[in-house]
Amino acid sequence: MTLVEAQTLAAEWMPQLLVAAGYTMKMAAAAYIIGAVAGLFLALARRSERRVVSIPALVYIEFVRATPTLTQIFLIYFSLALVGIVLPAFEAAVIALGLHYAAYMAETYRAGIEAIHRGQHEAAQAIGMTRGETMRYIILPQSWRIILPPMGNSAISLLKDTSVASLISAPELMLRAHDLTSEYYMPMELYLTVGAMYLVMTYPLSLLVRRLERMAAKDHKAAGN
Amino acid sequence: MTAADWPAWITHLPHFLDALLTGAVITVIVTVGGFIGSVVLGILFGAFSTSQSLLLRAVAHIYVEIFRGLPLLTVLFIIFFGLATIGIRLDPISAAITGFSINGGAYLSEVFRAGIQSIHKGQSEAALSVGMTRMMAFRYIILPQSIRVVLPPLANFAIGLLKDTSLASAVAAPEMMFNAGRLVSETFFATEIYLLVAALYLCMSLPLSLATRLLERRMARAHAQ
Amino acid sequence: MHDPIQSIETNNAATDGAAADQPIVRIRGLRKSYGSLDVLKGIDLDVRRGEKVSIIGPSGSGKTTLLRCINRIEKPSGGHVYVDGQLIGEKLVGDRYIDMEDRELARLRAGMGMVFQRFNLFPHLTALQNITIGPMKVLRTPATEAEAAALALLEKVGLANKRDAYPEMLSGGQQQRVAIARALAMRPKVMLFDEATSALDPELVGEVLSVMKQLASEGMTMIIVTHEMKFSEEISDRVIFMDHGTVVEQGSPEEIFRTPSHLRTQTFLRAVLGRQAYQ
Repeated sequence: MTLVEAQTLAAEWMPQLLVAAGYTMKMAAAAYIIGAVAGLFLALARRSERRVVSIPALVYIEFVRATPTLTQIFLIYFSLALVGIVLPAFEAAVIALGLHYAAYMAETYRAGIEAIHRGQHEAAQAIGMTRGETMRYIILPQSWRIILPPMGNSAISLLKDTSVASLISAPELMLRAHDLTSEYYMPMELYLTVGAMYLVMTYPLSLLVRRLERMAAKDHKAAGN
Repeated sequence: MTAADWPAWITHLPHFLDALLTGAVITVIVTVGGFIGSVVLGILFGAFSTSQSLLLRAVAHIYVEIFRGLPLLTVLFIIFFGLATIGIRLDPISAAITGFSINGGAYLSEVFRAGIQSIHKGQSEAALSVGMTRMMAFRYIILPQSIRVVLPPLANFAIGLLKDTSLASAVAAPEMMFNAGRLVSETFFATEIYLLVAALYLCMSLPLSLATRLLERRMARAHAQ
Repeated sequence: MHDPIQSIETNNAATDGAAADQPIVRIRGLRKSYGSLDVLKGIDLDVRRGEKVSIIGPSGSGKTTLLRCINRIEKPSGGHVYVDGQLIGEKLVGDRYIDMEDRELARLRAGMGMVFQRFNLFPHLTALQNITIGPMKVLRTPATEAEAAALALLEKVGLANKRDAYPEMLSGGQQQRVAIARALAMRPKVMLFDEATSALDPELVGEVLSVMKQLASEGMTMIIVTHEMKFSEEISDRVIFMDHGTVVEQGSPEEIFRTPSHLRTQTFLRAVLGRQAYQ
């Protein structure tokens, strides 16, 4: 492949790939929001004293964590269609990834909450707070430093996992690369380009996570733990 | 053909199970192969990243950064479709094992680096003082001690890998997810088949994760002493 | 059996003309700095075969660094160390010194035993395995032979009954005695002790010192960095006082402890002995 050919190809591919990368980011962001919100509720449900609440949460978390993302995406995409809910692949992928990450994020929240000393709960209740108020005003604000680094790592994995949505033909970067491959038959060049694009998207997140980890470690030392 | 009061898919169950369990064998083969490859690469690059040579450290750093940000699916496609165009043709199973090994090696090298760095400097000094080379000190003194530290994350990695092997279906490796896809296009029982697949993954990963938790608890106790 | 250490010695006897009356350890112009901090500022020191030399001085004086530069666990910034006539860690090629390969350096380190302040026993090995691992892996001694020798050494340090104990089950004093046995198993030409009793509870110091005394009486060449002034006076042929990375003065124990000539030595001894008198 000459340089001119390469430039021509890049000019044809790049606009399409960039649009597709935009979809990838949208998919990741939407799924992340679902995961972060649903995950918090799951974590609180998991810690509930009422077993009708805590056991379903536990079962859900364990089931999701024990089965592949791909299986979950297929299950949601095909099953919803069967019960008459025909969702476009993109939306199905967002929901599937969101519900998948909710289970992981629930465990992240739980670890953060449990890392706070019992005395904090007791002190909050001693000044008359309910369990909900204790969580909201006392525990969660303190858990952030423990929760943030793994939440950042989840963002990185989620961004990468959106590629799996290409297998149900959801429009995103990997699917575009796949389509272009069948058009041009240049898989090496295309997938390497796409790989580089994923790196460009994940690297800033990766730097952010390092920073969060360092901050958390510093706080940890400052707190004298 | 079928007894009227049985759901239709039940009559297919033996056929489903037969195909899925045949696939499960390949799933296990790819998992074990990928695990061994990942551990070998993880130890190698983990040792590089703690070496005194700036060059080796840089090589390890670049390796980790690249594969931390690349989706597994992209890696698999580069290896299976990409390499074929430059004359390296791998069968789907070998391609999958190679891809999982390279990707997992990057992750495990960080795990092993942490394990190696958790061993006090005095240990390698003592090993050197009885006349061991750096290589011998690593092999006989540092590595055996860091294994204890890395065992729990290693077990968690194995569970993650087991689930990730489902992606090998995208390069037509005849593992469980691939056979499931075939069954779905033959019979259209998507929900039933993917639930069955999920159950089978559950059967494989739950014992592993229970064992891991047990291990983690024992480690925590040993650490507390 | 072909003994690689032996052959290194004979090689050097041929090239360097090492003789019995030559110093077994020869240190020339040894310097070490960390960034702008000079820890060793050009040390010259000779140790005779069988001599017991103790190095005393305030913390931060460079005495531990000096010891660690002898077997090159710490790489010096300048100067040279010879043990038994053999240049350690470097090779003279033409008129330039180049670093030795790891394997060669390891062989030379095998000839020097080192005992660490924090014992550094290998926690995943039993007391016996801690002692046999060096001979078996480095010298390729057969297991039965290495074990027999290790048992004899455990006997010697009074721990024959602890052969299968893991380090965490041993007291500090016992761990340090195993560490001494581990070093002796390599049949070293010189033993380096880096504050071997500083990390021990006071009641455990004695058992380690008595092993060291026994070793001294058997004629071992010993270089001892220590805070135990009484022990140093008792055991040493020569005492070296270091401060700020230099040798301030050296002499017989009587000279250093009774009639030190330098003000810095006098101040240091007054502070340390005053404190030790109360213990």
